[in-house]
Amino acid sequence: MEEQLTGRPRLGEKILKGAFFCCASISVVTTIAVICILAFETYGFFVEIPITDFLFGTEWTPLLQPKSYGMLPLLCGTLMIVVGSSIVALPVGIASAVYLSEYASDRVRNIVKPVLEILAGIPTVVYGFFALTFITPMLQSIFESTHVFNAASAAIVVGIMVLPMVASMCDDALQSVPDSLREGAYSLGATSFEVTIRIVLPAALSGIFASFVLAISRAIGETMAVTLAAGATPNFTLNPLESIQTMTAYIVQVSLGDTPAGTLTYKTLFAVAAVLFTLTLFLNLTASSVMRRFKETYE
Amino acid sequence: MKDNNLNGRHLLAKIFRWTCIAVTGFAVLILGILIYQVTVMGLPWLDMQFMDSFPSRFPERAGIKSAFFGTLWLVGLTALFAIPTGVLAAIYLEEYAKPGKVTRFIELNIANLAGVPSIVYGILGLALFVRFFHLERSVVAGALTMSLLILPVIIIASKESIKAVPQSLRQAAYAVGATPWQVIRHHVLPSAIPGVLTGVILALSRAIGETAPLIMMGALTYIAFIPEGPMDEFTALPIQIFNWTARPQLEFHELASAGIIVLLGVLLIMNSIAVYIRYRGTRSKM
Amino acid sequence: METNEQKSTVLDIQNVSISYGSELAVRNVSMPILEKTITAIIGPSGCGKSTLLRSLNRMNDFIENVEQSGNIMLSGQDLYESGVDPVEVRLRIGMVFQKPNPFPKSIFRNVAWGPTINGLSGDIEERVVTALQQAALWDEVKDRLQDSALNLSGGQQQRLCIARALAMKPEVILMDEPCSALDPVSTSRIEDLLFELKREYTIVIVTHNMQQAARVSEYTAFLENGVLVEFGDTDQVFTRPENQRTEEYVTGRFG
Repeated sequence: MEEQLTGRPRLGEKILKGAFFCCASISVVTTIAVICILAFETYGFFVEIPITDFLFGTEWTPLLQPKSYGMLPLLCGTLMIVVGSSIVALPVGIASAVYLSEYASDRVRNIVKPVLEILAGIPTVVYGFFALTFITPMLQSIFESTHVFNAASAAIVVGIMVLPMVASMCDDALQSVPDSLREGAYSLGATSFEVTIRIVLPAALSGIFASFVLAISRAIGETMAVTLAAGATPNFTLNPLESIQTMTAYIVQVSLGDTPAGTLTYKTLFAVAAVLFTLTLFLNLTASSVMRRFKETYE
Repeated sequence: MKDNNLNGRHLLAKIFRWTCIAVTGFAVLILGILIYQVTVMGLPWLDMQFMDSFPSRFPERAGIKSAFFGTLWLVGLTALFAIPTGVLAAIYLEEYAKPGKVTRFIELNIANLAGVPSIVYGILGLALFVRFFHLERSVVAGALTMSLLILPVIIIASKESIKAVPQSLRQAAYAVGATPWQVIRHHVLPSAIPGVLTGVILALSRAIGETAPLIMMGALTYIAFIPEGPMDEFTALPIQIFNWTARPQLEFHELASAGIIVLLGVLLIMNSIAVYIRYRGTRSKM
Repeated sequence: METNEQKSTVLDIQNVSISYGSELAVRNVSMPILEKTITAIIGPSGCGKSTLLRSLNRMNDFIENVEQSGNIMLSGQDLYESGVDPVEVRLRIGMVFQKPNPFPKSIFRNVAWGPTINGLSGDIEERVVTALQQAALWDEVKDRLQDSALNLSGGQQQRLCIARALAMKPEVILMDEPCSALDPVSTSRIEDLLFELKREYTIVIVTHNMQQAARVSEYTAFLENGVLVEFGDTDQVFTRPENQRTEEYVTGRFG
């Protein structure tokens, strides 16, 4: 008996595929929802407050009289956290990665890498606690003028927090530099320092750069540690020993109170979050495009 | 002869090497101090009374019962929402989606969502679930927000481990006349499951530790009861810790460290399970 | 063919055994490397020929768990004597690898890198030009020395790596299957180049390609399972081998 090949429609398979597609598209829906919500409320905010006042004003007092909506102090606070945490995390992260990738034995690597992963998973509120109960008292014993809430303590702790991520990503970048390059350099009579600094690090540069960009993005978005340690005073200052307020800490401050929807204060949440979202989105896109090109180089 | 200054260069190499080791050691030391600090402060407070009491104005009567059970509820519901969605999305992207603009757009989207600050998810939760869908400050609203937050993590981890399943396995199954779903169900998923589980556990750990989105949604309220259903109000461990840390009195800081010990303990257990699964997964493949 | 007596020994391999952990890769090998000749090391894959080659400029130092016994004498001094600096060994004994491994830098900087970090005397630019000329690459790249080396073809990259080694003016150049990743045309260019180079340099080349060994080398060593089965004049090894295993290998009966 001969059977013909029929185009049997497999309905079950089609339904499954459709359901799976819906799951995958939730991410797109999420992004659209975030953008729409932020855009809608931010638009409402800019109807009442001119955008230039918001972006370039140097007074941020939406919860006090007289109200003022210049977000530069918040931006400045966030910037201090970014700079401070970068000073801590970037050099230490690279040095640890160099140790792990170029010097440590496989045994040490196999222990340290999972530990880094676990450290990267410590909740941020724990780091905030650490800043307040350990770093701030330490700073106070060195610099007497240190306030209880200060930018330096928060910046240091954010640096410690993003360190595992930076170290881990830099290590990956160094590891993806082929060993043949190291051998080539050694065969020309180079020392380990020369091989690392002049061949391996330059070859891994874009991967390292991507980790820096992501670290900055994390520092901008970091919330709990800066809320606990840096305070809630939107000072337009560059003194790291004074209390400041970051964009994220402001959002927390407002949501700790009871703010009815539709008020101007409620809308400031979305305006500030829109700036936060735009900045981090830009940084993340940069990092992922740099990373993609880096991976293409060595694959 | 040649002026290659080898002594100086070797010295430099040695200094550099030891600098790297010292810096790494210093970083490890700092983290050691963190753990030590928390343990010393919190351990005396950690007892049954602490585990079995509700928050209180009086430190000696305060405990984390409502926060602990709140966290359990939150994670349970989050797992319920996020795991199936995330794994199925990963299956779609790896097994069904044709490489093209749409797929690349979805993948780029997921990668970027993974980097969006958690507080932005809080805003989304506040506007969407709390206000728009009128779920108020319920566990379900919190879990939905957390699900969106950890979805990218689950999808990315699952995709990686599905991708690692050798193509030859799929071809062998297709060659005996299996449909795509049969291939996935009987061959791809069983091989990918250790990696998927590891990713899922790490993602849930993140949901346990996240504080900002819950605060955004207004979960920082005095709760002296255990949620009995998904629509009840709740509090969670990190929120309780935040609350205690934000108070000036030393006793509350000590309570906060006791809370941190519990939180880190839960996370450590979950991480150990993940490491164990991965270890078993790599061993069975050998 | 020249006779042995006219040539002096540059490298003398004496009773060398090398093991990775418990696995013995090279067993008690002794052979001389003569000045301004090409010595080919042949043998089936996994026979330890690369391991032996890499021991000649201490590149095995980077592999964990490697143990070595015996002596490798370079003008009367043992390379593995305590106090000998491996960096200095590699300054005098250069290497070309299996796959071309140019640095992700410009063509010029690739060749200039070794002399620069080692502070070699003289005009660096002149060194680079000479090395590129010796490597028969100069005509192809003279107008684009600042281009990235990664834009060169595979064969050009390998000649660049040879130029990079030549720029150090080493006493010995080790080549680890330098043509295995190249097409036939590039391979024959490199073989022509080897003929030129042996006027000035001592070369040790590992190859699995027997025709190549027969064409380019004066001396041939046949290694099997880490044991040096036969060492002698290339002519003799290929036409009148003393050992039966050698005969079977060079006539293509296994390998």
